Amino acid sequence: MILILAHKELRSLFATPSTWWMLALLQFILAWFWLARLDDYLQVQAQLAQMANAPGATIAIAAPLANVLAVILLMLVPLFTMRLIAEERRNQTWLLLAAAPISPAHIVLGKFLGLLAMLSLIIAASGLMMLTLLLGTSADLGLIASNLLGAWLLAASYAALGLYFSAITHQPVVAAFAALAVSFGLWLVELGSGALRALSPNLHFQNLNVGLVSSVDLCYFALFITLFLLLAIHHLQREQEGR
Amino acid sequence: MASPVTLSAQHLTRYHGSRCAVNDVSFTLRRGEVLGLLGHNGAGKSTTLQMLAGALSPSDGAIEICDINLAQRPDLAKSCLGYLPEQPPLYRDMRVDDYLYFAARLHRVAPASLADQLQRVKQRCGLLDHGRQLIGTLSKGYQQRVGIAQAIIHQPPVVILDEPTVGLDPAQLREIRDLIRALGNDGSVILSTHLLHEVEQVCDRAVILRDGKLIFDGSIDDLRQHRDIESGFLQLTTERGQEAVPQ
Repeated sequence: MILILAHKELRSLFATPSTWWMLALLQFILAWFWLARLDDYLQVQAQLAQMANAPGATIAIAAPLANVLAVILLMLVPLFTMRLIAEERRNQTWLLLAAAPISPAHIVLGKFLGLLAMLSLIIAASGLMMLTLLLGTSADLGLIASNLLGAWLLAASYAALGLYFSAITHQPVVAAFAALAVSFGLWLVELGSGALRALSPNLHFQNLNVGLVSSVDLCYFALFITLFLLLAIHHLQREQEGR
Repeated sequence: MASPVTLSAQHLTRYHGSRCAVNDVSFTLRRGEVLGLLGHNGAGKSTTLQMLAGALSPSDGAIEICDINLAQRPDLAKSCLGYLPEQPPLYRDMRVDDYLYFAARLHRVAPASLADQLQRVKQRCGLLDHGRQLIGTLSKGYQQRVGIAQAIIHQPPVVILDEPTVGLDPAQLREIRDLIRALGNDGSVILSTHLLHEVEQVCDRAVILRDGKLIFDGSIDDLRQHRDIESGFLQLTTERGQEAVPQ
């Protein structure tokens, strides 16, 4: 049942032209950045060759790309999550799901997985871009993998967060804005100092960005995603019961 | 001899904040019956139907659909009913076939019988020529038909229709009423409406709500006994209120 909902969500995402536009624009921005980094690297390559322990092509080109992707996901994901539940409410299609023999958990997980499938495509596309390094040099595949994993976990976290805000509001715009504000706030927390930094998804992404895959970060992302999905499910259940 | 009860609502009460939208409403529906739910705007019709459909939980009271308690076994109970809300829950950017397919999967129609069910329901609702069309491009009447089609695609024993004939032209009205009548012969139907002659034409029984309370539950003949049906309705709904009722 979850898969049926996920499939429907994915299909309706790709049925709207705006999704294609966003994806195309995103690819363009990433490709532009990619080529700019590549160009920079080629220019300093001669000097790098004389250095002992010089940074490799992967860390100089692929890792910054993942970093840009992380910032773009922060802004992009709320635009997709706002549709998931808040728009169904506004278009009165929510009653179809509410009256169907499925639970709020099915709905939340189905929508989450549907969106995540689409976001995975974005990340896979930038993964392909990173792999083009193999055409000219030997790339650090482990570093690429940890960067992709980080971007994927970050995308899933923002999706869960956005889904929660989509569940608690009736206005898609409010949902998008709230999700954006909170994820931006969490990003700012990372720039500051103190224990609160540990709350920021971006801090945990930074470890993966430099190729450090630690179970602490993986647990953090798992907890973050689970927490917001559970909150969304809980809210929908309470709403049906009328508080 | 009485046919089996397909839906029973006992002491339904629902608060919206502190306002009581539905107050201690009880009635039953039997197989082969079409039940009309009547009342003015704001009388609690849609809230009652949403509760019966499992989209809202009652603040108090119990609902049984085909002897399955809706609160205790929601998935099982909900698969026995089809529901058309006041605003048909249509995804405007989906094609009719895709939408009905999705609705069927949501209601756990077995994949093997999907194509047959889709064909059957499109034929019943007069949608055979519109399968490839985007729902958003259909006229209001056809959108309403798609809404009804989604409610009956899994052949539920209980069908709940919230104002199914709003916005239809006279020819469509007749077709949809015939369809509702036919649905009532196979299973049982609850529909809400403002139109009294519709109740007279389509329904076997009527339930009248006023300010969230049940004030009449009986056959159409009972309602007719108040001279004709319209004055019976007006008499019942204004009995104590004394206010003048338009229309």
